[in-house]
Amino acid sequence: MDVKDGRTVKGVNFVNLRDAGDPVELAAAYALNGADELVFLDISASEEKRKTLADMVYRVAEQINIPFTVGGGIASVEDVDILLKNGADKVSINSSAVKNPGLINELAAKFGSQCIVVAIDAKQIDGQWKVHLVGGKVPTDIDLFDWAKEVAQRGAGEILFTSMDHDGTKNGFANNALATISTSVNIPVIASGGAGKIPHFVDTFVSGKADAALAASIFHFKEIEINALKKALHSQQIPIRL
Amino acid sequence: MKTVIIDYGAGNIQSIQFAFARLGIDAVLSSDSNEIVAADRVIFPGVGEASSAMSKLKDSGLDALIPTLKQPVLGICLGMQLMCNYSEEGDTQGLGIFDVDVKRFTSAVKVPQMGWNALTQLKSSFFSHTTDNAYVYLVHSYYAPLCDQTVAQTTYEVAYSAALQKDNFTGVQFHPEKSGEVGAQLLTNFLNQS
Repeated sequence: MDVKDGRTVKGVNFVNLRDAGDPVELAAAYALNGADELVFLDISASEEKRKTLADMVYRVAEQINIPFTVGGGIASVEDVDILLKNGADKVSINSSAVKNPGLINELAAKFGSQCIVVAIDAKQIDGQWKVHLVGGKVPTDIDLFDWAKEVAQRGAGEILFTSMDHDGTKNGFANNALATISTSVNIPVIASGGAGKIPHFVDTFVSGKADAALAASIFHFKEIEINALKKALHSQQIPIRL
Repeated sequence: MKTVIIDYGAGNIQSIQFAFARLGIDAVLSSDSNEIVAADRVIFPGVGEASSAMSKLKDSGLDALIPTLKQPVLGICLGMQLMCNYSEEGDTQGLGIFDVDVKRFTSAVKVPQMGWNALTQLKSSFFSHTTDNAYVYLVHSYYAPLCDQTVAQTTYEVAYSAALQKDNFTGVQFHPEKSGEVGAQLLTNFLNQS
């Protein structure tokens, strides 16, 4: 879920909600529908950002009985501390880790690897997977696979990999790149970007060797029901909570 | 019913407090021996590294108190591990309530185990209204092997103890406060223990 100033921003097509812009109510609906974990990405840039986000985290933790991760603009030990104290289970860092890789070590040492997710956005340039910053807008010369190994060595507990080439296409996840990452690190890898239909999820667990899969708009717009998706995965012998 | 969460500075307890609040129970944080002894239910939480958590416990004298408690006590995650004899993590002597030594997963699997896994071989009224293959949420790098006090198993690399029980002490490796409806049921069962 993308949130801005404490409100969800992407159009969400849920019928039975009083207020689809309320992240707490939306989170509750997803928890009820069988989501195993939620990710909130804060895209606000206002001065009040920290406090608003911390308040939202507190309200979500109060009402939701499944784990959730919070990301977006987190750049310091203090940022992480306030979110965890308000009830976030994990935080995700992205650009700030690329700019200051030592932050991963620092956060893992202080809070434990289990709550530090490193999000990596990447796309292919001339056939080479390169890490991108600022939601995929700013290219770097950093190789995706080198960076994935480095963040794992530095103490990340999980990698959230989004292929910018696949995001929004609804043609399936970047399974070749995912499998390369997943087999080269000893931490869980979450697949993101490209989900369009149920077989895409099967593929990403089988050929992409993903440990978890993330999607947003297909759930927001009810193109896929989470319960139906999980039943389909279960019928394909993929271990999943029903 | 007075429910106390032992506060010894090890980890995030906000989520546990919220989980009890959703059940209508105002669980209070305390590091005060008298308040802990007087409680009807005691929660022993823990997130982080074993040896530093154990030294915090010793600093407050709670290491001697916990094994003497008579009311139902629930250890969660690292709390459960510290209730065992020993942990490989930081070469830590535990409270010795559960007669088992905590070990680390090998590099044959991804560590930490992070996510949902199924419970099997449920053996206690703590698991009332819960069936085999119920899923719970786990985040951990160390585990308690199967032993005489195992009352639920799960499998990651090996079959190990998802829950341990001895007399009034229950320990769970998973996070009931984050395990959806299953977790809420287990916390209810804990509150209903006689």
